[in-house]
Amino acid sequence: MADVLVTTDWVAQHAKDADVRIVEVDVDTTAYDQGHVPGAAGWNWTTELCDTLVRDIIPIKKLEDLLGKSGIDNKTTIVLYGDNNNWFAAWAFWQLKMYGHANVKIMDGGRKKWVAESRELSTDKPNVSPKTYKATGPDTSLRAFLPEVQQASAGRKAALVDVRSPAEFTGEILAPPGLPETCQRGGHIPGAKSIPWGKNCNDDGTFKSLDELKKLYADQGIKGDGPVIAYCRIGERSSITWFVLKHLLGFQNVKNYDGSWTEWGNLVGAPVEKP
Amino acid sequence: MKAEGYNRRRQDLRGWPIEIETYKLGDVYYCSINNVDPGARFARAEGSTREDAETRALEKADRYLSQTRRFTAT
Repeated sequence: MADVLVTTDWVAQHAKDADVRIVEVDVDTTAYDQGHVPGAAGWNWTTELCDTLVRDIIPIKKLEDLLGKSGIDNKTTIVLYGDNNNWFAAWAFWQLKMYGHANVKIMDGGRKKWVAESRELSTDKPNVSPKTYKATGPDTSLRAFLPEVQQASAGRKAALVDVRSPAEFTGEILAPPGLPETCQRGGHIPGAKSIPWGKNCNDDGTFKSLDELKKLYADQGIKGDGPVIAYCRIGERSSITWFVLKHLLGFQNVKNYDGSWTEWGNLVGAPVEKP
Repeated sequence: MKAEGYNRRRQDLRGWPIEIETYKLGDVYYCSINNVDPGARFARAEGSTREDAETRALEKADRYLSQTRRFTAT
């Protein structure tokens, strides 16, 4: 198993180690309160992992405060997990890497696997001693902004990977079924390849084998020999794909375009492709 | 405490495939509903019985899915 993944067994054995902090990050921000891995902290992606004034990732000072109050210092091993096959756990992982945290991992299978295995859950909030955290960065080599994506699309300078569902890619729907529409136009960025994020995962929420993942992307011409930009709707599903390409397959030049379709699909004059 | 009676199943609702996940924690049944593609949770509910939780969650899911528009190619 890649050194950025740990199993549910590993978490059960090490969750209370002094140098380990388990953190749950869910799409459904109420899930943590229902019950979580004993000792785990809970981070709310809508308020704690972003800038709540402007649309942006978490500011550095806010991140330092969040980690410090979660009992995390620069040497702590952070293990992230969450619902929806670790969507926002991967989002948190991506931001922690941008801010230079060395030792961060994801619990393979996430909340779904932990609950399905009928493992212990607690509703107790952990009582931790605050620590001091000093972040670096952000390392923007991990993040794509609109101008770079526009250039990549126009000049085919990077492989654009659209990780949304096929129906979103084609423009049949503007948002995942049951969720609010958050864009004015449907379709995809010209030149993008459709490789839905779910193809990275097994039914139990774990990641597929490295051989399977390598083949999945190689079949679309993505072999790690050129730059790759992943996008979705708001950047969390593409964090999963970014994680797979960058940290499981070890591709060097992979960026997450967190502006994603809510930026591109609302942009006046932006070219849109429909199959 | 541990999740009891964990169950996942798939069915169609308003023409969309959905996945229903239900389990009991303590005295409460929790039900959440995902769209199968892309796999996002979009409705959830609690109840004192499995049926109660699922009925409530499905009612919400039906309401939300009724607002999802399909666009034909232009």
